Amino acid sequence: MNTPLPPSRGELLILNKKTMSILIYAESEEGKLKKIAFEVASYARALAGQTGDTVTAVAINAENTAELGKYGVDKVLKVSDEKLSAFNARAYADVIKQAADQEGSKVVLISSSANDKYLAPVLAVNLGAGYASNVVALPESTDPFRVKRTAFTNKAFSITEISTDIKLLGLSKNSFGLKESEAAAAEEAFSPSLNDDDFSIKTESVDKTTGKVTIADAEIVVSGGRGLKGPENWGMIEELADVLGAATACSKPVSDMGWRPHSEHVGQTGKPVASNLYVAVGISGAIQHLAGINASKVKVVINSDPEAPFFKAADYGVVGDAFEVVPALIEKLKEFKAQNS
Amino acid sequence: MKILVCISHVPDTTSKINFADGDTKFDTNGVQFVINPNDEFGLTRAMWFKEKQGATVSVVNVGGPETEPTLRKALAIGADEAIRVNTEATDGFFVAKQLARVIEEGAYDLIIAGRESIDYNGGMVPGMLAALTGANFVNTCIGLEVEGNEATAIREIDGGKETVKCALPLIIGGQKGLVEESDLRIPNMRGIMMARKKQLTVLEPAEVAGRTAAVKFEKPAPKGEVKLVSPDNLDELVQLLHNEAKVI
Repeated sequence: MNTPLPPSRGELLILNKKTMSILIYAESEEGKLKKIAFEVASYARALAGQTGDTVTAVAINAENTAELGKYGVDKVLKVSDEKLSAFNARAYADVIKQAADQEGSKVVLISSSANDKYLAPVLAVNLGAGYASNVVALPESTDPFRVKRTAFTNKAFSITEISTDIKLLGLSKNSFGLKESEAAAAEEAFSPSLNDDDFSIKTESVDKTTGKVTIADAEIVVSGGRGLKGPENWGMIEELADVLGAATACSKPVSDMGWRPHSEHVGQTGKPVASNLYVAVGISGAIQHLAGINASKVKVVINSDPEAPFFKAADYGVVGDAFEVVPALIEKLKEFKAQNS
Repeated sequence: MKILVCISHVPDTTSKINFADGDTKFDTNGVQFVINPNDEFGLTRAMWFKEKQGATVSVVNVGGPETEPTLRKALAIGADEAIRVNTEATDGFFVAKQLARVIEEGAYDLIIAGRESIDYNGGMVPGMLAALTGANFVNTCIGLEVEGNEATAIREIDGGKETVKCALPLIIGGQKGLVEESDLRIPNMRGIMMARKKQLTVLEPAEVAGRTAAVKFEKPAPKGEVKLVSPDNLDELVQLLHNEAKVI
């Protein structure tokens, strides 16, 4: 006869532990959840698997919250409030804080979007939480709580220990990926109490390019450097980006010379890039540039100088004249797309 | 208007990053330290307010005596006085608490910090300062005007920018765009001479428990050899991206 074995020590601990929920903030834009919200959910689900917790999401003025269930979210706190229609760091941080209080969450997860990075430190102080930004992996251990994050602008990683009871993590884009795991995503209305002081900053205007992929959201980024000789030659960069469904970017000298807007400058003092594919055309690969794009998964360089440092950092390279290679590559990609669509 | 610019003392952007003491500490050997670039854009904007609007500009750093040359450089660029909180900057919250005390004692109207330091990239000090002091806060700021008690700031957002208005006191997480790269100033001899005579106050730190600690560092795994594709055979590149890298 089989006698059931007593649970092992580890299982006992989990059985005796009160289930807690990991809270994620699911960022949306114009009522639709952003892809990064699903990545944050995927991470939270995996972490909950380690700790035996549940996953709760808080979403502000988002419609399609049921989709969070696909990525393992058990419960969604839905906030619908006209006052929150424009992003406001202090007010949003206040909402997330109140959701964390209600759920008794010990781990709160956000993304690394511009808005999330804006509200994160405010939220950290309000929660009394230690905050680790740019997190790239699940915790190495949860007691002590240690996570890996990027430091020195992607030139290194730091293992950061958070010593507070509540932990706030900012997940680096594209570092964890989307992982499906069915859960209920039970919806619950949530009405935080908002304070007038939260709205002391007034948004006057928002100037956003519509219909273009942004560097922050792009899966693929096509970037041009000084090797393109002048702003008039950017047509082929834009065409290459178009074919790939990519965002366009540029190196620092190009933005300093005014060939392209600052908002396209990627690198250490510009925007960081964490795309799946980064295509660099006529960029030599200064250490500051490489630092900024290092988090991208696959890098392709097209440069006429075989000695360009970028070749040491790239996965694939073409030594050749950009003015010949890029148009030819556009044609090949068009053929490829025609065959595969 | 009283302006405080928060300065991080960081390795120059061209530095090779290495670690010492069993990968627990940044190896400063042979490393040149500079004003954090994001802070330098803010400092340069502060100089504009000084010259055009008669603002006074103080700079502050949390760090040991080895960071004083960086503060002196800020003085040589034109800041009026410097403050150093004499302790190692170990954790963003710890630093923010030290700076919050300086802000409250100095009653500053405008506090400019960088959106992040280029060494630890925590990106938390300006926002935490705002939460600790109750001041308004604009992050990733790429444009700033002040008229009386009201500020107009432009914030970079994903895919564009937004313009906001708010009252002082205001804390800024600044970056390139506050001024242009070409506006940055190299201290001249007169500035360097004057900087020697300017006040540099050393304050002892408040006792604050840190909330995070970098316990170990790692360098990225070395990159494999690049696969070169001939410009005459771009089909191969397309196939590699599709079949091997699986990114298209």
